[in-house]
Amino acid sequence: MKNTFLLAVDGSPGSSNAVEFATDRAKRGGARIVVAYVIEWSPYTFNTPEENAERHKRREEELERATSSIVKPVVAKLKDAGLDVDSEVRHGHTAQTLIELAKKHDVAQIFIGRRGASGLKDMLFGSVTANLVQTAPVPVTVVP
Amino acid sequence: MKHILMNILMGLLCVFVVAVSAAHAQNEQSKPSSPTQDWIKGIEDPNVGYRSWIQGISPPEPPLVEDTGIDATINALTAPVAGLVGRIVFFKIPVFGAELPLVVLWLVIGAIFFTVYLGFINLRGFKHAIELVRGDYANPNDAGEVSHFQALATAVSGTVGIGNIGGVAVAVTVGGAGATFWLIMAGFLGMSTKFVECTLGVKYRNENPDASVSGGPMYYLRRGFAERNMEGFGKFIGIFYAIGIFIGALGIGNMFQSNQAYVQLNNVAGGGLDGLGWLVGLIMAAVVFAVIIGGIKSIARVTEKIVPFMAVFYCLFALIVIIMNLPSIPAAIGNIFSGALTGEGVAGGALGALIIGFQRAVFSNEAGIGSASIAHSAVRTNEPITEGMVSLLEPFIDTIVICTITALVIGTSQVADPGFAGEAKGIAMTSAAFERQLSWFPIPLAFAAVLFAFSTMISWSYYGLKGWTYMFGESLQGQTAYKLLFCAFVALGCIVQLGPILDISDALVFLICVPNILGLYFLAPIVKQELNSYLARVQSGEIKKYKNV
Repeated sequence: MKNTFLLAVDGSPGSSNAVEFATDRAKRGGARIVVAYVIEWSPYTFNTPEENAERHKRREEELERATSSIVKPVVAKLKDAGLDVDSEVRHGHTAQTLIELAKKHDVAQIFIGRRGASGLKDMLFGSVTANLVQTAPVPVTVVP
Repeated sequence: MKHILMNILMGLLCVFVVAVSAAHAQNEQSKPSSPTQDWIKGIEDPNVGYRSWIQGISPPEPPLVEDTGIDATINALTAPVAGLVGRIVFFKIPVFGAELPLVVLWLVIGAIFFTVYLGFINLRGFKHAIELVRGDYANPNDAGEVSHFQALATAVSGTVGIGNIGGVAVAVTVGGAGATFWLIMAGFLGMSTKFVECTLGVKYRNENPDASVSGGPMYYLRRGFAERNMEGFGKFIGIFYAIGIFIGALGIGNMFQSNQAYVQLNNVAGGGLDGLGWLVGLIMAAVVFAVIIGGIKSIARVTEKIVPFMAVFYCLFALIVIIMNLPSIPAAIGNIFSGALTGEGVAGGALGALIIGFQRAVFSNEAGIGSASIAHSAVRTNEPITEGMVSLLEPFIDTIVICTITALVIGTSQVADPGFAGEAKGIAMTSAAFERQLSWFPIPLAFAAVLFAFSTMISWSYYGLKGWTYMFGESLQGQTAYKLLFCAFVALGCIVQLGPILDISDALVFLICVPNILGLYFLAPIVKQELNSYLARVQSGEIKKYKNV
């Protein structure tokens, strides 16, 4: 029986609640956790030649920033709690990438914090969480 | 094989050298003609070259500004040089009553050679190119790097321009409907040239210490020739290319674009911007400044988003107009084929139509000039061949799709009403063809033309920058100095009339295709080797699909 959780983080307060909750669940069931952070990115945007030339550098910087400021603290926290932890930082469409990672690591369920974006922004762009809940192949636990 | 190749090369070189000396001799006798007075003849006039057809946008180009003292001085100083350079670069040999510019011959022979040598890569690579752009082969672990789609979109923004709208009208006026056939043929052959130059651009690019990349013909010329024990020659033509692309970037990639944008705006405003060139110039320079120096990516992104949208919008409405001209379609298509073979009413007959068509295609898709190679080499990929594959779609989109659609809009309108355009030429003729069916179209068309000009300036600012850094190193101060110079020229383009300087710039841009294609011949075996190895690995499944398996 697969016993891995995917924990999606983004550094927001909702996401730290999700971290707490997932830690608790994982401890009880002895599960392994994959901490995932997705940098929103699309392969179908239009760039200037200069942006293209600098893209590799920017990508490295983005990965470094996400890893050091968001993912590493969470991983350290989980490790302190005695859990088996893995991590992934990836570029892509957030919900789609989380689903790809869930498949890759063959996880039993996904934990994600509710970011609580509301109002106009949410109406226009929809939410990552809602998108994920509707398309994920495994159960998704949304932590408020 | 190598022997045959060398023989062909030497033969071509001899022809070129003889031609250049002949141009010198001829030069002694003929007087330079004024580039602005006879725009349509300009296509045939070696002294005018590239820019001439587009002046047809507002035929004949009115003096944009009064001839100030500074202009006159600069013009007087540069005109003789411009005349000479122009006549050498655009030197023409008479063939059966038609005039064939050698530089076009050089480009076409190159395109035919690469098509045959690489076993019609333009046909057999097409499907794979689409799969690459769609992201079928994109490794998820590389997400966040420049995608094939982005590389293609950037390069297409740089080539799709006013030429696709106005240049075609000139081709049809001068070369008849048959020119369209040869235009498509040249676009098809140009796909192979693009493939070779973009593959090499990636293979021989330079990775800078700060993890950014610099590439393009100057790099593959230098390193490619060095690998073949011709280091000195490689260095020489590398620098030569860098100078050419740098000056070209200030001329046709800059002043000429801002100038045309101003002419367009003024046309739509019904002459309301007369004498306000300085203001339009300053505004445009400020916007370019904000993008290339201020790093205001949002402006660039907005333009880069609008440009493809505009291109799609243009094609869509062009198709609507063609469908509205439904009864004329069979006759218009018939004219394209019969005109291609008979060249009825065209100076030089079928050959004349052929030359005009080929010339337009080269001016439009830039295959053989090497500029797209600079844009493509910015992309990080382990397989240079994939960039080449993607780039062969550029002449397809630019020439085979967009130019052909324009030609059909004009062709069907001509069949329905031979005198539809009146005296209008160039973009005004295309505009009139649209107006016949959609009366409001000239305004969005002018808007599109201005945006096309802007995106071309942004692309060329990068090409020129790479020429500059190749010559003077990658120092940041130097780059900023170049960018400031570039912005100054944007404003200048609308303020002063520096015809001869533009002529030199045009000529140089076409002159650099000589060393570029020469280098491509020498390096073609390397491309072939890479291609075969790549295709074998795709076949064996070593390079695998991640999507749409």
